[in-house]
Amino acid sequence: MRRHAVLWSMILLAAVMLAPFVLVALNAVKTPAEYSTGGPLDLPDGISLEGIVAFWERVDFGEKLWNSVVISGSVAVLAVVVSVFNAYALGIGRVRGRLWILVAFLVANTLPQEALVYPLYFLANEVGLYDTKLAVIVIFTVIQAAFGTYLLTSTLGGFPRELLEAARIDGATKWQTLVRIVVPISRPTLGVLFVFFFIWTWNEFFLPLVLLISNENQTVPVALGVLQGQRMMDATMTSASALLGVIPAIVFFLIFQRALTRGITAGAVK
Amino acid sequence: MSLVPASIRDRGSYLLFLIPGGLLLLAVILVPFAMNVGISLTEWSGAGTPEWVGLDNYTRLMSDGTFWASFRHNVGLVVAMAILPTLAGLVIAAALFDFIGKHFGSRHAAVLRACVYLPQVLPIAVAGIVWSWILAPRDGALNEVLRAVGLDALAQNWLGDPDLALFTVMGVLLWIQVGYPVVIFMAGMGRVDPSLHEAAELDGASWWGRFFHVTVPQIRPEIFVVLLTCTIAALKVFAPIYVLTRGGPGGSTNVPSYYSFQNFFEKTQVGYGAAVATVLTVLILLLTAVFLRVQNRGER
Repeated sequence: MRRHAVLWSMILLAAVMLAPFVLVALNAVKTPAEYSTGGPLDLPDGISLEGIVAFWERVDFGEKLWNSVVISGSVAVLAVVVSVFNAYALGIGRVRGRLWILVAFLVANTLPQEALVYPLYFLANEVGLYDTKLAVIVIFTVIQAAFGTYLLTSTLGGFPRELLEAARIDGATKWQTLVRIVVPISRPTLGVLFVFFFIWTWNEFFLPLVLLISNENQTVPVALGVLQGQRMMDATMTSASALLGVIPAIVFFLIFQRALTRGITAGAVK
Repeated sequence: MSLVPASIRDRGSYLLFLIPGGLLLLAVILVPFAMNVGISLTEWSGAGTPEWVGLDNYTRLMSDGTFWASFRHNVGLVVAMAILPTLAGLVIAAALFDFIGKHFGSRHAAVLRACVYLPQVLPIAVAGIVWSWILAPRDGALNEVLRAVGLDALAQNWLGDPDLALFTVMGVLLWIQVGYPVVIFMAGMGRVDPSLHEAAELDGASWWGRFFHVTVPQIRPEIFVVLLTCTIAALKVFAPIYVLTRGGPGGSTNVPSYYSFQNFFEKTQVGYGAAVATVLTVLILLLTAVFLRVQNRGER
């Protein structure tokens, strides 16, 4: 009895969570005429791609998608690499003063971007990187790696010492130990980090809004957010824009589902 | 054979791995933050030479009603993004893990978890667009639903009413946020040794008893991490405010992050904006310190 009550309440919860997605999808495929007569709740008569095509062309959505892929992909790879290096030194190497270094990384990740934005904007201008993807990639690599360092250091702090000892006795260098032992065994955690870094960077809004001014550099969220701010679209085009913003997120989610479910902990090691 | 003791040689070579991360941290975070603090002590429009004014910006903040209101609104966002999601997340994660996972299979649990988590993978700006369309006063889906079931009186101008807008934003943020604790807590619950639950069950503990005395204490590290990261995220919230309300109507949803953005790029009062950002930073760092303290004590 109670099991089924729990099951149904969870299904209800899932329905509430999914409702906005369903609404967006339904309305993105309506024609403006259908929308104005039937409102947002009627089922569409058929699938009209009018709103989606109009919106796609208006913002050159393909270009925005590519910008987002380049920025998020580069950040995820670079930030995982930097995090592994940092956490290797701090968690396994236990370098002197590691607690304070770790605090510095934690602070770096918790600092609000508002307290960095003007200097970053200014410095990017000074070094000629303002309004470039590279500036955004470097900045988010550091921000994400700061979190990754914090998380990975505690994971690697509990890394089985016997394995490290064994590698050392076999004559492995630090680099070989890292690449052949620590990284492969930590792969579930690294996979999760990669996924989170990718999604977080993809979703970033504030710094890209400030740093990526020109149309051809904007990411998906920035392009959509800026357009929404101008409130110049009709209802079908707005839902089409929302759908186009939602789809990539769902695609990654389906691709990365396995990495996500592997969980944050590297408990698999034990 | 080297004459340097192995432990020292180890330290030195491990230190090399910190160099790239350390330099990047310096260039992108530490130096810019120091610059921000410096700018907050000046009056500067963003062009020309900043004029040193000492603590003037901070004394001005003290009597700035907009600034204080923005912090009050932020408290609401902490409730919506940290406290409620953590509480709901614990119950949902336990329900999925203990009931759905055990009695209906882990596949069902995974699918339901995915549904709850989905808003988390959505760009927060896109979530804002989705919701501003659903919450539109005239033909928005929410009001249409209310009218369709005969609750016309409950239809509202959700984002346009100054008394309501903050609560509406809180609701949207709760929807966005709740999946994050669910995923983290379920991972944590997977880590808990099942024999602890079995022992408690043999001792006659009810499900709630086991939830409070076994599950929650066992996943305390996860709870602290979630509370810390969500509180900080709530204090930094910018995109949903930008997209949903632009701090309006009448400043009723303004938050410090948006207020500093306004000062930087709309009002060109860069020094003042930097002061707002610095105060926000101090608050966030204090919170981080308190949380870490509590967490350390918990672990000891």
